[in-house]
Amino acid sequence: MSEQSGNPGGAARTRLGVLKTYKLFVGGKFPRSESGRVYEVTDTRGNWLANAPLASRKDARDAVVAARKAFGGWSGATAYNRGQILYRIAEMLEGRREQFTAEVAAAEGLSKAKAAARVDAAVDRWVWYAGWSDKIAQVAGGANPVAGPYFNLSTPEPTGVVAVLAPQESSLLGLVSVLAPVIVSGNTAVVVASERAPLPALSLAEVLATSDLPGGVVNVLSGRTAEIAAPLAAHQDVNAIDLAGADADLAKELETAAADNLKRVLRPADGGSAASDWSTDPGVKRMLAFVETKTVWHPVGV
Amino acid sequence: MTVCYARRYAHLVTMPASSPTAPPAPPPAAPSALADATASDAALRRFLHGLPGVDAVGLEARAAQLGTRSIKTTAKAYAIDLAISMIDLTTLEGADTPGKVRALCAKGVNPDPTDRTVPKVAAICVYPDMVATAKEALAAAGGQDVKVASVATAFPSGRAELDVKLADTRDAVAAGADEIDMVIDRGAFLSGRYMKVFEEIRAVKQACARPGGEDAHLKVIFENGELSTYDNIRRASWLAMLAGADVIKTSTGKVAVNATPANTLVMLEAVRDFRAATGTRIGVKPAGGIRTTKDAIKYLVMVNEVLGDDWLHPDWFRFGASSLLNDLLMQRQKLTTGRYSGPDYVTVD
Repeated sequence: MSEQSGNPGGAARTRLGVLKTYKLFVGGKFPRSESGRVYEVTDTRGNWLANAPLASRKDARDAVVAARKAFGGWSGATAYNRGQILYRIAEMLEGRREQFTAEVAAAEGLSKAKAAARVDAAVDRWVWYAGWSDKIAQVAGGANPVAGPYFNLSTPEPTGVVAVLAPQESSLLGLVSVLAPVIVSGNTAVVVASERAPLPALSLAEVLATSDLPGGVVNVLSGRTAEIAAPLAAHQDVNAIDLAGADADLAKELETAAADNLKRVLRPADGGSAASDWSTDPGVKRMLAFVETKTVWHPVGV
Repeated sequence: MTVCYARRYAHLVTMPASSPTAPPAPPPAAPSALADATASDAALRRFLHGLPGVDAVGLEARAAQLGTRSIKTTAKAYAIDLAISMIDLTTLEGADTPGKVRALCAKGVNPDPTDRTVPKVAAICVYPDMVATAKEALAAAGGQDVKVASVATAFPSGRAELDVKLADTRDAVAAGADEIDMVIDRGAFLSGRYMKVFEEIRAVKQACARPGGEDAHLKVIFENGELSTYDNIRRASWLAMLAGADVIKTSTGKVAVNATPANTLVMLEAVRDFRAATGTRIGVKPAGGIRTTKDAIKYLVMVNEVLGDDWLHPDWFRFGASSLLNDLLMQRQKLTTGRYSGPDYVTVD
């Protein structure tokens, strides 16, 4: 006691390091992996950064249950509300710019300036997709002329629970570019973070948790992509899968498994922008990949 | 110490000279070894309060510890099929319609239409007015061996006169119920009028008789959530078993606290001790709040550990449940196909 109060604000005392325990993000909570496993995450030069949870198939199962539970509320929320929440995510991310810049720089081996540019682009991407929430229906839906006394209206509806394999190389901008278009239309997502560089994704979960995003809408898993993706692709309660982070062999295998319950599959090559460059204009392709068209006939004049 | 002990049990071996509250009914049907315990209100009270107290902390620790067993692969497949065959598939809602009961019966006979190897459930549990509908529906679906259980005696509160309760029971038996789930009068039990509860169970047991056919089995529901202590649950268990219950059941599923591993463990231990004392086997039915395969398997582990594997049979152990069946089916599909299943692949009840 006396030792501590003896020299307040005096010469620098060696502080004990406070290391961060990275955890999964499932159902709005931050659990460790059910398996208790972790793996070492290094920067591009091989220096140890942190231990990340090594998620198992049971974590994937739990994440799907959480995502399914959240689907009703999120898809039922108004587009306006979803847009506001996505914009809020951008605000929260902006506030933690320093942290993400450091994490992205370490994860991708970039200079500080380049990493900062990637983080800015990721923030801008959230804002861009936030704007789409109440406009996608006008672009993808509409009134159809039919030969009869009916109004015929088509609207895009969210497809359900979407498994997202985040890009392996672009740990933050790539992740945001595949995640935002999935949830903006009302889907819920189970994200498998980049295997080599999962830390920005796990930190993004903290941003999501403080952005009014209902628990379970986004669930983030880290670990071996092939190990977690296989049960997700075969899962009967997953409605679609985005293979952005799978290599050619794995993508083929997963697409075969996904055929079993007729999941929507977005192949890596179909993703719009070339896989390596996430900085280009994303277009609406990714949003439209995960909506289904509902068409309603209504009698005229009744 | 020994003297105390002898004095405490003396009343069990000597009939009281005269007892103002002696039951008017014919001699108790309780097994002879314990016949004296039910000879009078006072004797019954002394017997029930003479039962050893329950160590609540030890009991909960034991129940929790039995819940940690890891049951995998072939053992899990066996447990899932066993659990399905032990389910009393239940619908006890004010909004029950004949259509809903028929749908439930069809599901009970053939739980997974995509897989005919799934066993049938043990019984369909309904209100008395739905018994006839359920009987018909089961026969039509080819499930004659699936029993129909009916709640009775002013379920779920049990707040009615004895003759109303008996009429309720006779109605259900006449409609063809194979099993009657009665509720005890918790008001009488909690205020210490054990003989009233005892006689009520005896009377309902008599009303379960079916001339010219097999008598309906009697399940006695305690509503553990309202008995408030483990000691009371142990007393209620002995009271019901002495009065002639075939099965003792935890709860109605209509209150906040239903079956828990700990309060079921008390009942299982009472059943074990009753068998040791009298040689009579009694069944157990936890009901309400058991929703997942994991929970169900915990109960099966408990039964096996406390009573032995000859109790692992639908005649001796049941689950009162409705949503449990869907989870068991999803787990079964996962085991047979290797893929996780989802709620889209089971019925919505």
